[in-house]
Amino acid sequence: MTGPGDLGAPPSDGPPAPSGPPSAAPPPPWTDLDAASARPLHPAARAALLAAYEQGYADPRRLHHGGRQARRLLDDAREVLAGSLGVRPDEVTFTGSGTEAVHRGLLGLARGRRRAGTVLAHSAVEHSAVLHATDWAVRDLGCSARPVAVDASGRLDLDALREALAPGDVAALALQSANHEVGTTQPVAAAAELAGLAGQVPLLVDACASVGWQPLPAGWGVAAASAHKWGGPAGVGVLLVRKGVRWRDPYPADDRSDLRASGFEDVPGAVAAAAALRAVVSEAEQTGARLHRLVDRVRREVAARVPDVDVVGDPDDRLPHLLTFSCLYVDGEALVTELDRAGFGVGSGSACTASTHEPSHVLAAMGALTHGNVRLSLHPGTPEHEVERFLDVLPGVVARLRAEVGM
Amino acid sequence: MTELDCRGLPCPAPVLALAKAARGRPDGTELAVVADDPAARVDVPAWCRMRGHRFLGEDRAADGVARYRVALGA
Repeated sequence: MTGPGDLGAPPSDGPPAPSGPPSAAPPPPWTDLDAASARPLHPAARAALLAAYEQGYADPRRLHHGGRQARRLLDDAREVLAGSLGVRPDEVTFTGSGTEAVHRGLLGLARGRRRAGTVLAHSAVEHSAVLHATDWAVRDLGCSARPVAVDASGRLDLDALREALAPGDVAALALQSANHEVGTTQPVAAAAELAGLAGQVPLLVDACASVGWQPLPAGWGVAAASAHKWGGPAGVGVLLVRKGVRWRDPYPADDRSDLRASGFEDVPGAVAAAAALRAVVSEAEQTGARLHRLVDRVRREVAARVPDVDVVGDPDDRLPHLLTFSCLYVDGEALVTELDRAGFGVGSGSACTASTHEPSHVLAAMGALTHGNVRLSLHPGTPEHEVERFLDVLPGVVARLRAEVGM
Repeated sequence: MTELDCRGLPCPAPVLALAKAARGRPDGTELAVVADDPAARVDVPAWCRMRGHRFLGEDRAADGVARYRVALGA
């Protein structure tokens, strides 16, 4: 079957029927505009996954027929993935998630570079996986953290980076390829050049938000990616360790085929992740260009149709499919709930009623309004008319929520 | 200076209180809001930027809770 649904389109046929009287009006159609959280399994991955469950269940370390078959599938997956990312197959390690890849990647650099320095520098807008790994290294490895400021668009401030590197005590610098909340692309190559000049400081590039949409930026020493963000299965991450980078396994060793990994390999998951990436990379230029234009339009229309709104992130140099805006006087969770009721699934960086009450550290570092926040991220197959419907519905939803609080 | 008490209230209450207090008051009026919600530290200056007010800075109320001061109008 072909059609928009096969390009990794979200469900647009409505949520499961609510329990209620059979005479209740049908719910409005529901459209997933939260692709940055998860994408449905790409059809290419689904076929590969099912085949690999049949043929790739055995232990890839065993020398018998089944083991050799599983090993061949795993090696093929590694090669396909490396080809799609433009890296060497022996630089690829499959992990249990993007988060695990970030943790292993960063802590492995901290360990491998212990004699060069104990400071872990990171942009102020990294994913929480980087911040948690850094906290752990501070507590348990005697490291210290050095956040580096970003500008109002969320982009790393290179002068601030120069200053952070100056003391010569940095073990590693964590810099994402693009920001997961606001989409702004980071100057990875320029940062890597500065880090190289400052005593060959390696970069951990968290590429979870961009892989499948944009090529891996030059300058990474270690990188992390997550399959469910490109249409592969959840529970598959990728750790890349560049040849020659000083990285030491921070966790107990295992005796698997890949010495940087631990635990029994998820061969079908790896096969499906590789098949999905190969498929989306071949489509990325075309879908990316379409969604980039669509997001341009949404950015303009939201600013024009909704009063008192802060549309944030770099308008041009950004992920193609994602935008973020914050509406004054509105509780972010109420906005997410109301938009869901109107038939749209969106993300939010607001935490007005969350237990922590901590606002998004990304929006805070940018000086952007943190309440009333909505993150929209389109799927390759998101139809334009659903984006139009969103633009038609949004102003009324925001006005209603404001009226409820007397604004 | 009018001081608004938003102790214990979550976001966006501190910004809402400022916006309501700003109604009908002339440019140059100084307002302050006392809030322990951590989002206020970012959102009060962002409100000033978006609404054309001036953020004067952060200090502390007598009980140590953060207080944010603004001047209406540019």
